[in-house]
Amino acid sequence: MAPNPIRPSAVLQGPVFETKIEQVGDHEMLLNLGPQHPSTHGVLRVVLKLDGEVITEAVPDMGYLHRGVEKLAEHRTYPMNIVLSDRNDYLSAMNNNWAFCLAVEKLLKVEIPLRAEYLRVIVGELNRVASHMVFYGTFGIDIGAFTPFLHAFGRDREEILDLFEEMCGARITYNYIRVGGVMLDAPEGWTHRVLQFVERMKPRLVEYDKLLTKNPIFIDRTIGVGLLSAEQAVDLGVTGPILRASGVSLDLRRDHPYGAYNDFQFDVPLGKQGDCYDRFLVRRLEITESLKIVEQACRKFPDGPVMGKVLKMYRPPAGEVYAQVDGPRGWLGSYIVSDGTEKPYRHHIRPPSFINLQALSEIVKGWKMADVVAILGSLDFVLGEVDR
Amino acid sequence: MKSALDSLQLLRRHKVVGGELVLTSVDFFVDWARKSSIWPLTFGLACCAIEMMAAYASRYDFDRLGVFPRPTPRQADLLIISGTVVKKMAPAIETLYNQMPEPRFVISMGACSNCGGPYYDSYSVCKGIDKVIPVDIYIPGCPPRPEALQTAVFALQKKIDRYWDAGKRVANPSKPTNEVLKEINVAALKARDA
Repeated sequence: MAPNPIRPSAVLQGPVFETKIEQVGDHEMLLNLGPQHPSTHGVLRVVLKLDGEVITEAVPDMGYLHRGVEKLAEHRTYPMNIVLSDRNDYLSAMNNNWAFCLAVEKLLKVEIPLRAEYLRVIVGELNRVASHMVFYGTFGIDIGAFTPFLHAFGRDREEILDLFEEMCGARITYNYIRVGGVMLDAPEGWTHRVLQFVERMKPRLVEYDKLLTKNPIFIDRTIGVGLLSAEQAVDLGVTGPILRASGVSLDLRRDHPYGAYNDFQFDVPLGKQGDCYDRFLVRRLEITESLKIVEQACRKFPDGPVMGKVLKMYRPPAGEVYAQVDGPRGWLGSYIVSDGTEKPYRHHIRPPSFINLQALSEIVKGWKMADVVAILGSLDFVLGEVDR
Repeated sequence: MKSALDSLQLLRRHKVVGGELVLTSVDFFVDWARKSSIWPLTFGLACCAIEMMAAYASRYDFDRLGVFPRPTPRQADLLIISGTVVKKMAPAIETLYNQMPEPRFVISMGACSNCGGPYYDSYSVCKGIDKVIPVDIYIPGCPPRPEALQTAVFALQKKIDRYWDAGKRVANPSKPTNEVLKEINVAALKARDA
């Protein structure tokens, strides 16, 4: 093999593959999962200690996508920070924009026009649906079913992206929700096309259930696997669908409504025992609920401006603020310390995936090697958000 | 197979006495096979990986270009760097690259892996994957659309096909194909008559 002509500089060579587990018994084995592994959904590395087939210890090793966003925030103005927030959780960029803007708006004390609030709810919920479709597809691949990926990811998610593209010109990183409102008004007939999409999705969700939810092989692989009790989930600070799958009914949209969520009727799906199947089912049912919210919002879509009275170059008053939204992965918080300049003094993100990932080493213990992939998939984390 | 190769006009079936003769060059044939089945490594880094997955999925359908993801670097020809390369990840990417059999190709997808992108001033980001491994094709965008990734694959196919230069065939054997065929025909006729 010819030598690689370009070598990484000395800066790039740090402690790369540390063994995270020190003590390994005679009958035990260390297994390295990642950072390049098709089912780690990104660049997560998990060091597993195995006793035969059974996992006795699992240590996640993160930081393979650490981009230093919180430090960069101190060098960017507030509008520039919205751009960075897109790329934290790239599967639900709208919700990331929203969390950051909510925090800045709390500092600035801006009034948001009702039309902008409705647009935020519509795009936020559509993005939740898109994110859960990615989960539905990739979880199917993890378990061994390829077709759901082609249906959910390749066909239905693309339709949502088309709607977003029409609205703001981007497919993944939107930068759509701005401090004071949203970037642009919906184009003519957009809500009508959203409603058409919701109608198209109704029979397709039945198809989804036929493909995966009621698939006996899928059920065998996931029911009763990777149990997380309600007490454990609360202790670990797990939020979002994983918490609700363990039977804890807690949803910020219903319990502490932000935006215009007070105006809509929806249910919060709950799981029974907190296994992989429950975590899957909660997300699958959330697609239905989100589409319900989108439908209601489109039906009573108000007129008016989409941007509040905000200066182009705003300087929030000094102080600190915390705001959070219930994203597709859980509570997505933004903590900002302002010193009265155009740049935040400190921006801390509370990423739901990072905290949900804590549950991994608890859940995995005692399960077989083949179940690890199902458990990893069911946690549905995004590494951009975990590592920031 | 006949139609695909004939349309490229680099493989010609020619009637000679006593049968049919196919003339081509081994290099061309190997490159044709190579560029028609570029197998990338299943390896996603960040946001661009989602667009890469979209390119594999139904609407953009990479399979029709012969691009089919492989889970191990030992079976892969192409490494798509789809996302921000962080200093902690760069040595792992180098390992993956070294594990790939030759010939191997690298597509740098998106602003982050080209030059750092939105994270150009971050302390932890490697400003461009070309500092670590050699890159064949760079795609601009943050993230690039799936169409852009397909264009990159087309560009890579052109690069692999060494007989094609800017859309024009520059195959240059010492003699034109027709003359070679004529000589063979003459030789065959002589052999029959003898």
